[in-house]
Amino acid sequence: MKLKKVASICTAVATISAAVFTASAQAQISGDVIRIGLITDMSGLYADIDGPAGAEAIKMAIADMGGAIAGKKIEILVADHQNKADVAAAKAREWFDTQGVDLLIGGTSSGTNLAMSKVALEKKKVFISVGSATAALTNEQCSPYTVHWAYDTVALAKGTGNAVVKAGGKSWYFLAADYAFGAQLQNDTSNVVKAAGGTIVGSVKHPLAASDFSSFLLQAQSSKAQILGLANAGGDTINSIKAANEFGITKTMKLAGLLMFINDIHSLGLKATQGMYLTDSWYWNRDAETRAWSRKFFEKIKRMPSSVQAGDYSAALQYLYAVKATGTDDADKVLAQMRKTKINDIFAKGGFIREDGRMVHDMYLMQVKTPAESVEPWDYYKVVETFKGETAWTTKAESKCPTWK
Amino acid sequence: MEIFGIPIQAFLGQLLLGLVNGSFYAMLSLGLAVIFGLLGIVNFAHGALYMMGAYVAFIALDIFGINYWGALLLAPLVVGAIGVVIERTLLKHLYKIDPIYGLLLTFGLALIAEGVFRDQFGVSGQSYPVPELLQGATNLGFMVLPNYRAWVVLASLVVCLGTWFIIERTRLGAYLRAGTENPALVQAFGINVPVMVMLTYGAGAGLAALAGVLAAPIIQITPLMGSNLIIIVFAVVVIGGMGSILGSILTGLALGLIEGLTKVFYPEASSIVVFVIMAIVLMIRPAGLFGKEK
Repeated sequence: MKLKKVASICTAVATISAAVFTASAQAQISGDVIRIGLITDMSGLYADIDGPAGAEAIKMAIADMGGAIAGKKIEILVADHQNKADVAAAKAREWFDTQGVDLLIGGTSSGTNLAMSKVALEKKKVFISVGSATAALTNEQCSPYTVHWAYDTVALAKGTGNAVVKAGGKSWYFLAADYAFGAQLQNDTSNVVKAAGGTIVGSVKHPLAASDFSSFLLQAQSSKAQILGLANAGGDTINSIKAANEFGITKTMKLAGLLMFINDIHSLGLKATQGMYLTDSWYWNRDAETRAWSRKFFEKIKRMPSSVQAGDYSAALQYLYAVKATGTDDADKVLAQMRKTKINDIFAKGGFIREDGRMVHDMYLMQVKTPAESVEPWDYYKVVETFKGETAWTTKAESKCPTWK
Repeated sequence: MEIFGIPIQAFLGQLLLGLVNGSFYAMLSLGLAVIFGLLGIVNFAHGALYMMGAYVAFIALDIFGINYWGALLLAPLVVGAIGVVIERTLLKHLYKIDPIYGLLLTFGLALIAEGVFRDQFGVSGQSYPVPELLQGATNLGFMVLPNYRAWVVLASLVVCLGTWFIIERTRLGAYLRAGTENPALVQAFGINVPVMVMLTYGAGAGLAALAGVLAAPIIQITPLMGSNLIIIVFAVVVIGGMGSILGSILTGLALGLIEGLTKVFYPEASSIVVFVIMAIVLMIRPAGLFGKEK
């Protein structure tokens, strides 16, 4: 009897102290560790754009913060979503519930990022989507816990779409990847093309990671459109361009790569891609600061960073700055801090986070250099036009975000 | 003039493309059918061997300056040798037990190979130039066909028919077929069955590598190219009948055509149409279209 009474008192004391201590821990770093999680395509067709090198970029950010904030260590977790939304969502849930992840960074693939955004909203944790394209993240599916960092389909459409129509490409045929990203990019670009006075002649959807594009390209060619808009990315874009060259499509149609990364150009070579327009959020050779950072990256990875990998670094760094400034990793406080701080690092100058979750910064319309113009390996782009700040993105009038009115 | 709503020119063009892809499937499934039909091994490493063949061609050009035609000979030899080593050191221990272990082993090997190459080369892939002799395209009236694709069809058909002939119509082929059906008896006649088996696996690997070299100028050479294709090739072999060489050749061609037509009428389904057909065939004829019930 006495033992039982002692036991119950001890339990009561323990429970109360736990409650007290947990309550006070809310104002500090949860679990005494700051954990950053990266879920991205580590081994599939988008693995070079973000992938393991993206994790390295985040590690560089952690190192630049000294590895710890106020004595609490910063850790990184990495997982492969294989471009499957259910895998990404399950992993995100597991990490938030059992691993104490404070910041989730979303890598490539729009489908997975939309899923992770929902999980972050449910768990009320910070989610920064760096690698995905879909503008739905800041429109129909906007969330107070989601920040869309690097680029989106609207910026790509406004950039490349307008540039190509201005250069004379009035009639368009789309080759789109058959999932959220391809559909969104095709949709946004169609709107821009039509607004600029162009026409959409037709389109065809191809399965993600298809290996043979000859059939789709033949359909594109028989449409007699001037421009073939490639609403796909990574390995799909590379194979499309290669096949287009092989079948002589490039003799009768111009290719518009709506989403291209420096890794794609490196893989295809300048001969096959010279003169192509593309819109991107960052270029390693932009200025002295980006060059210095990129050479550090190159030493580890042996490749120049893509805009997504630079975005990974920037997102992690800015989050850690906010944690340092507020002294806590509580999601609401950190996000409030991030929203009132201007972003000035190697990725963006004068960037800021808008109410719809969009990280607003300059975008660049670039053109692929000819082999003669390129002076060193990876020197592939020349900047044709800079879209300053808000001009690149969805305007408030166009926005479909229900909470941003 | 239109067929089912698309101009006849476009339709013929798609059929021809389907034939090109089909001959490629036929060649790739040939090696798999040889290995399974004769050795009873479910060779999941086939895609990785195909990928290695393409990489041998790339490395041969990049580092040693050996051109495409040299690679056509070199890659099958190199990868065939690798196949022989795999068979001798790993696979031969698994013949007497459940075939599932052979499957697991070859699958594991495929994953290792893919990982090693991905680590070394990344996934964006390497470009391989079309050989000068085959560059350019021919205007057939209803479409422009790259000369290289015509060559792929020709090479595939020659290799497929040649292999079928060797296995079905020559004495060596007869030894092979007998040796795998009843090794003890054939060995009693003085024929070295283990060596024959080893060389057959090597030959199957060599066929995969040859397909890899043929594919190299068409698609980017990436570590993922094998895994993307292997599952379709397996479906082809299963539909054709696991033991039948002729079955896999004809099925490869037919499925290439069907896939080509699907791309025209309902492109979103082009990745899955092969598996739908496989499901239907397995329900009606479980041994495959040309296979024999064991």
